Amino acid sequence: MSNFTIPPEELMGSGHLGCQGCGAALAMRYTLKALGEKTIVVIPACCWTIIAGPFPYTSVKVPVLHTAFETAAVTASGVRAALDIQGDTETTVLAWAGDGGTFDIGLQSLSGAAERNENILYICYDNEAYMNTGIQRSSATPYLAWTTTTPEKTPKAEPKKDIMAIMVAHGIPYAATATIAYPEDFIRKVQKAKSIYGTKFLHVLAPCPPGWKTSSELTIKLSRLAVQTRVFPLYEVENRERYTLNEPKAETGLPVSAYLRLQGRFSHLTEDEQAAIQRLVDARWQRLMRLVL
Amino acid sequence: MTPTLTGTKRVVTGNHAVSYGVMRARVQVISAYPITPQTQIVELLSEMCANGTLRAKFIKVESEHSAMAALIGAASAGARTFTATSAHGLALMHEMLHWAAGARLPIVMANVNRAMGPPWSVWTDQNDSLSQRDTGWMQLYCESNQEVLDTVIHAYKVAERVLMPTMLVLDAFVLSHTAEQVEIPDQALVDRYLPPYQPVYKLDVHDPRSFGALAPPDLYMELRYKMHQAMEDSVAEWARADEEFYELFGRRYGLIEPYRADDAEILLVTSGTVTSTAREVIDELRAEGRRVGLLKIRVFRPFPTLLVREALRSAKKVAVIDRNISFGMGGIFAQELKAALYNSAERPPILGFVAGLGGRDITPAVIREIIDYAESRDEPEDLIWVGVKR
Repeated sequence: MSNFTIPPEELMGSGHLGCQGCGAALAMRYTLKALGEKTIVVIPACCWTIIAGPFPYTSVKVPVLHTAFETAAVTASGVRAALDIQGDTETTVLAWAGDGGTFDIGLQSLSGAAERNENILYICYDNEAYMNTGIQRSSATPYLAWTTTTPEKTPKAEPKKDIMAIMVAHGIPYAATATIAYPEDFIRKVQKAKSIYGTKFLHVLAPCPPGWKTSSELTIKLSRLAVQTRVFPLYEVENRERYTLNEPKAETGLPVSAYLRLQGRFSHLTEDEQAAIQRLVDARWQRLMRLVL
Repeated sequence: MTPTLTGTKRVVTGNHAVSYGVMRARVQVISAYPITPQTQIVELLSEMCANGTLRAKFIKVESEHSAMAALIGAASAGARTFTATSAHGLALMHEMLHWAAGARLPIVMANVNRAMGPPWSVWTDQNDSLSQRDTGWMQLYCESNQEVLDTVIHAYKVAERVLMPTMLVLDAFVLSHTAEQVEIPDQALVDRYLPPYQPVYKLDVHDPRSFGALAPPDLYMELRYKMHQAMEDSVAEWARADEEFYELFGRRYGLIEPYRADDAEILLVTSGTVTSTAREVIDELRAEGRRVGLLKIRVFRPFPTLLVREALRSAKKVAVIDRNISFGMGGIFAQELKAALYNSAERPPILGFVAGLGGRDITPAVIREIIDYAESRDEPEDLIWVGVKR
């Protein structure tokens, strides 16, 4: 890992329409560095519908196909089929969707593609709510978080859906989590996914300053704290069975309060509520530890 | 069954006629989800893909919505694409029908007309396809299994010329499950008629472009204008494709087809398989000395307004049989005819008959009843329910 360098090629331009400090913008930049120019990106309705730029502009130097909200995985499957029948098995087809398009409305077509083991790379950049429509809760929104549809008096009552477990249960060859705070881990995972035939799924945490009510310069720090507090552990799963924890060298096992207190969406939490979140995080961590080799 | 690659006559169902058309069109990507009464189309296509008769990728998706989305991806990447569905499957696709048309993708789909639930019905009527009227899909209503097969091939020809998707429609069971003798045209001739699809723009890593990105109000309307222009242009393209097909295969259908209509005082207007029954009735009535004729509407979108005006010009009365109902207004073909004629100087009175919903048979006796009724009336009537038990 010490000699690992980030590819210098830039396939994403400045002037994209992401907000300041957008985690999803940096996630795309790293992803395209890892995949290179022989990549076709399929984007359903999500923040990236905007970030990619309005007609006739584009913020990435690879082909982009915009598609309907619930169809990222299957539209990518169609692109894959067309490339294959025309003899192009080399180009990577990337489905790039937010949490709403993955955890909620797009889950059916994602499940279908994963069950068929379509040869696509699916990356969910998870900003934990419907941010493009103005911060409404999704099934990826964490327990007790504020959103415009889960106001402070009735914050989200349910824990975040475990999308990784769902995807792993499909028996796909590769599923992994990543954050932009660990770019070498991120890029290694994207390149590894690219090298594997079948459905690959990456779950990327993408801090959202307006939606999380955070300062834009904290995006990387929050991405790191999410890992260090075990709110968002870094791990990968091969062929449903082989779990590998990608623990960073930096200190982990920090209290979740270190992560929560920087975010306005959690500012209403009492100490008891923070403790409840800690117990949830601990329980998930223990479950993960039982799965890791 | 192993399809052959030579021009041959064969007794096949309407559903299998679709499959043979798809095979001859050398479709490259198929995606579909099962629904009665369409399923036989994709069953035979699955066999063709499995035994190599058709070199295509078949994506067996988890819903019709996904079937259309998969084809949108495949067509955007330059492949010739096909799916088939019916009723609820078509309704589920609705969002993606708009997407396919807006993206100007020449996707071809067969819809086997089936009544919408509830209550559940698997039998024919046209409310499923006509509910998709404004999505930007060209729509053709077929009468025979030969027409079904030939229309699949026509559809790719025209769709790829004008870059609008095309839906060919056949009646559930009456056509889909009824076997007729069909000529499966010679592959080499079809290849001459329908060369490989060569899109001007497609997803291409050597020429990266963005497809479907946000269009602000100063651009959106122009794109819609161009879609409408493409539809208008397609009227001539359907006629041209029909003629080119005739030169090679000796069969032609027209956008509309008048039958014994020249001196007809009552002109019956039909679509789909009702047309075949009506032809028989017209012959019988003519033999009785009655001046009745028939106009079949094959191409519904683009609506061939000028051709229809010309065909109806000299009729004293027009009786339209609608196997569909727009609740709160009436039969949809009748509405379309009225809309086509209103700005025309010559406007015969129109009587709109709704019959045969949910697969109820439209027999020769029913058609005679309709013509007798039309003969007995001097004024137009918007909606006449035929055979309803009240």
